[in-house]
Amino acid sequence: MKPPLLDILTPSSLAEALSLLSEHGDEARPLAGGQSLVPLLNFRMSRPAILIDLNQIADLAYIKDAGDYIAIGAMTRERSIEDSDLVRKEAPLLQEATTQIAHLPIRNRGTIGGSLANADPAAEYPAVVLALECELVVQSVRGERRIKAAAFFEDVLTTALEPDELLTEIIVPKAPSGSSSAFVEIARRHGDFALAGIAAQITFANSAPTDVRLAVCGAGTTASRLTAAEEIIQRDGVGPEAIKAASEAAASAVDPMSDLHASADYRRRLTGVMIGQAVEKAAQRAGVIS
Amino acid sequence: MADTMPSYIGRSVVRREDNRLLKGAGTFVGDMKLEGMVHVAIVRSQQAHARINSVDLEAARNADGVVLALAGAELKDVLPPISGMQVAAPKGWRDGMDPHIDIPDQTLVPYDKLRYVGEPYALVVAGDRYMAEDAAELIEGDFDPLPPIASAEAALDAEALVHDHLPGNIAATLHAKKGEGEAALEAAPHRLKRRYYHHRYAAMPMECRGVVAEYDSRTDSITVWSSTQVVHWVRREVANALDMPEERVRVVAPDVGGGFGGKGHVYPEDILIAYLAKRLDRPVKWLEDRHEHLLNAAHSRDNLFDIEVGYDDDGRISVVKNYFLVDSGAYSPVGAAIAGNSIAHFMGPYDIPHYEADCKVMMTNRTPNAPYRGAGRPEVAFAMERSIDLIANELGLDPAEVRFRNMIQPEQMPYAVGLPYRDGVMIEYDSGDYPEALRKALDGIGGLDEFRSRQKAALAEGRYLGLGLGCYVEGTGIGPFEGATVKIDSSGKVMVATGACPQGQGHETAFAQVAADIWNVPIEDVVVTLADTSHVTMGYGTIASRSAVTASGAIKDSSDKVKEKVFAIAANVLEASESDLELRNGSVGVKGVPEMSMTLKEVARAALPGWIHQRPEGIEAGLEGTAYYEPPTVTWAYAANAAIVEIDAQTGVVKIENYVEVHDAGTLINPGIADGQVRGGLVQGIGGGLFEELFYDEHGQLMTGSFMDYLLPTASDIPPINVIHTETPSPRNSFGFKGLGEGGAIAPPVVIANAVCDALKSFGAELNSTPVRAEQILNIIDAGVAAAE
Amino acid sequence: MKAPRKVSLTVNGEALSGEASPRMLFADFLRDVLGKTGTHVGCEHGVCGACTVIVDDVAVRSCLMFAVQAEGADVKTVEGLADGEELHPLQKLFSEHRALQCGYCTPGMLMTAIDLVASNNALSEQDIKVGMSAALCRCTGYDGIVKAVTAYAEQVHGKPIKRESDNG
Repeated sequence: MKPPLLDILTPSSLAEALSLLSEHGDEARPLAGGQSLVPLLNFRMSRPAILIDLNQIADLAYIKDAGDYIAIGAMTRERSIEDSDLVRKEAPLLQEATTQIAHLPIRNRGTIGGSLANADPAAEYPAVVLALECELVVQSVRGERRIKAAAFFEDVLTTALEPDELLTEIIVPKAPSGSSSAFVEIARRHGDFALAGIAAQITFANSAPTDVRLAVCGAGTTASRLTAAEEIIQRDGVGPEAIKAASEAAASAVDPMSDLHASADYRRRLTGVMIGQAVEKAAQRAGVIS
Repeated sequence: MADTMPSYIGRSVVRREDNRLLKGAGTFVGDMKLEGMVHVAIVRSQQAHARINSVDLEAARNADGVVLALAGAELKDVLPPISGMQVAAPKGWRDGMDPHIDIPDQTLVPYDKLRYVGEPYALVVAGDRYMAEDAAELIEGDFDPLPPIASAEAALDAEALVHDHLPGNIAATLHAKKGEGEAALEAAPHRLKRRYYHHRYAAMPMECRGVVAEYDSRTDSITVWSSTQVVHWVRREVANALDMPEERVRVVAPDVGGGFGGKGHVYPEDILIAYLAKRLDRPVKWLEDRHEHLLNAAHSRDNLFDIEVGYDDDGRISVVKNYFLVDSGAYSPVGAAIAGNSIAHFMGPYDIPHYEADCKVMMTNRTPNAPYRGAGRPEVAFAMERSIDLIANELGLDPAEVRFRNMIQPEQMPYAVGLPYRDGVMIEYDSGDYPEALRKALDGIGGLDEFRSRQKAALAEGRYLGLGLGCYVEGTGIGPFEGATVKIDSSGKVMVATGACPQGQGHETAFAQVAADIWNVPIEDVVVTLADTSHVTMGYGTIASRSAVTASGAIKDSSDKVKEKVFAIAANVLEASESDLELRNGSVGVKGVPEMSMTLKEVARAALPGWIHQRPEGIEAGLEGTAYYEPPTVTWAYAANAAIVEIDAQTGVVKIENYVEVHDAGTLINPGIADGQVRGGLVQGIGGGLFEELFYDEHGQLMTGSFMDYLLPTASDIPPINVIHTETPSPRNSFGFKGLGEGGAIAPPVVIANAVCDALKSFGAELNSTPVRAEQILNIIDAGVAAAE
Repeated sequence: MKAPRKVSLTVNGEALSGEASPRMLFADFLRDVLGKTGTHVGCEHGVCGACTVIVDDVAVRSCLMFAVQAEGADVKTVEGLADGEELHPLQKLFSEHRALQCGYCTPGMLMTAIDLVASNNALSEQDIKVGMSAALCRCTGYDGIVKAVTAYAEQVHGKPIKRESDNG
């Protein structure tokens, strides 16, 4: 289990990285934290001739308060997000989800950009950026574009990124006042990829939900929003009946895959259970239910 | 007396091993680096069953850094296969079991056909492992796929044969009988018939296997460092394959990162790496990576049982019929040993008058199956202990009560089981109080009645609590023998070497304790050497919960030989009678006369050969003795387990609230080490019960080839565990020791299954296979709820 | 371009350098090039944690990093914990609580624990169990490891941690 023959190029600026990516195209892969890519290389299941190592680009690692939103550089380590007071205060869903990613030594190295660009359907971050309606800033030598999270994840491990494009920044809208959130997931062991995980952010006004965001991971080819469940909560509130109905709606909305760890049916079932737990937790945190 | 040392046996002495291991200063095979060393990558089958037409090595031979590339055809006439019978069965066992055993030999690198995914068919030697893997990828095999035999049951009726000379794919059949099973079943007021499946999982040590070998052409000798539990077996097989005298083959197991049985026999790579080192005349290293380990290191368990039990209205069991299949994979490196254990251990701590067993060891296109912690016992404990719970349900009795009613009582000890053990001796449980162990276990979970009322109250709130029990007995300290050499040189230190090969058990410490007590010396004066064939002529190794008993026996017997000389020489020097002498704190002295004594150092000098020796007439020079301890038969450790679980009715997830094992392994050498052994075993059992599974698809492809899919339990998966040690000495050795390495791993799968079924009793839950899956539990709840509506 | 490069770094306070081809894993560089074999390799896909070392103050899997990425890094391995013969407090606690048997996972466990305890001054016992689930041990059943790390966290942060298993 050793990586195949490859070269590693180490740009020190974004411009240099983009130009290398443009030059080498399909035969190169950007190397972010490497916590998903390097295992694949070690199994020789991925064989890029060139890795463009982004770890020396200091300009890509930051968490900035930009008024209505937080801007997070793509190479920001998950540990930094977990420890950020700004994130804890203004995007608590992102902070809570981060603590559930794998284990601390993985989060020490893994990056938000790497996780999103990898688009593992069971990873936490895609569900979070969908729920928070983040924008993903993407750059190439051709210029910059912004992709809405909803348009970013296309299929298993497949995103809207072109081969010469790099995800450079995640724009995370601050949680509105009156909002409350919860990230819950179930895995076979702590730290494993979720069998089903829910990112929930609910805004309440006078104890009634005014904006409901529910996104699921682990239960389909990509993370996705659960709009039917959102509508039920928004319409019927967070009482037990509404939560039950939302759970059922979520369970029937997802189209999970079966694997060794769980059948599609079980994942569907768990999606419903997690919806219930996430909505309850968010409502409890908002003080709407006890 | 002031000079008498306190006994070391029974004390939790701090382990000698800790300091170096904590500092990262241990030496594992992977840490070794020798001048000029080259590295091996092995090319392994991706097909479960295929005819080999040809293997093209050309591209690999031309790749960068490649020293050698070989396929099976080149080795066919050079290296003999490993004998199918690495362990010989004694006559007494054969007579009692009526076995037909035809375990196939294992070709080191097959040239004609491939029999499991992961089987080697070619190898590359190169300057480093990276280059070796590059070249290995260039090797192209031309194979014709053959129909895969993906399970033991399928193997019975399959047209295809894993080994052409084994019709029906049967490598061994065993039978055993006590009393008149058929008649007893006819006469039984009630009969319970069930099928149980204990799934495949494995030892999974944190250090994968590895071998380094170095050939010395000057002396025509070879040294092999292998991450193995059996250095003397490896020496035997390497010497045989390379046609060298055993004296010229030295095998060392340096620090070994866990074994648990998985490193307990000789693998093809042990021999191949030695062969390559000799052929190339340079050091050669092969390290198994985790993917290879999952595919190729022995798997275990994987037994299918059809059981019939006869019992009466009181739950007294009169008869068990045990028919089972072992899915042994493509080879069976330790013969029919696992099946033999399964037959012998089925009845556990219960007094059952009639028993019949019938077993087939099946060849399939899976990875070879070899003993792993428990080795045949977890499988039968599952079948027996599930059956007891089912009987209890049928009769409306508490499962604990049914166990008490069937248990062998302490006054029945020693208890003759009526079956031969694997060592050829008729089984006689030596000592213990089985009902007391179960009582203690129930106390440990807070009391049976208390739990039942708590369970009832919880159920009223819609919460599902369950109690699982599991009892077993375990033959430990098996022969055939262990060797030890004890020496005292002019330093006065007691040097002990044995054939034991530890993998984390703390043997350096434990055997120092034993020797310090035997010699009445401070433990610091004992030097222990293990796992090195150059220090002990004949040895057996650390498998089967045997070393505490067998190596201690060998240390004692060899010490006794040396003691005779020590006393003779001291008597000569001190001008005293030997019978007046005693060992005291590193000296030999006259009883009651403190000033008349000499140190062991002085005795050793007096024992030297040469002009100035002080030996009496007829006493040979040197203080050195070797003995081979051949235990009369096994000692019987036992345990009772109790655990409380709670089921999450929404997800089916099982939470173990509390787990108790009452374990008795006779006199404990080092209670702290013993506790760690039992706990470690329990957690492996919990892993097997809930997480770990080597899963094959219908094509014989292993679907769990990484740690992403093969799930080992982690720190956050472990419940509070309470291990209560009782110490009923074995009468079979002078120390009272029994073995304990495996015990913990035996019961958890059935304890968990029983607990879950108990929790979901109102739904008629029956879990008769492992692992216990949350999804399956949820299905039971759903079905139960649907039926109720 | 795939030729070996010189990698210079600090390991346990000592400036070291060695050659590494771009694809060489950092774990292999530490072990085979620098001879720091205390760091072990257990799975090479980032799950088992045996190869965990501290790079620039945080614990990372050295099997998921390339050697060339460690250029200029400040690295701490198990060899750097003890002060001569004097064991690091956590090493002492591991021995005291019987947190090791074969010792193969131990170096990674130690490095994982040091970062975990440094990362949070208000750890609960459950946090420690979850945090230590970053690394696999096959021998001990984790009980001693959790106890040792809990005691270490108490030493480092100077306040008691409530143990759920106190009655065990």
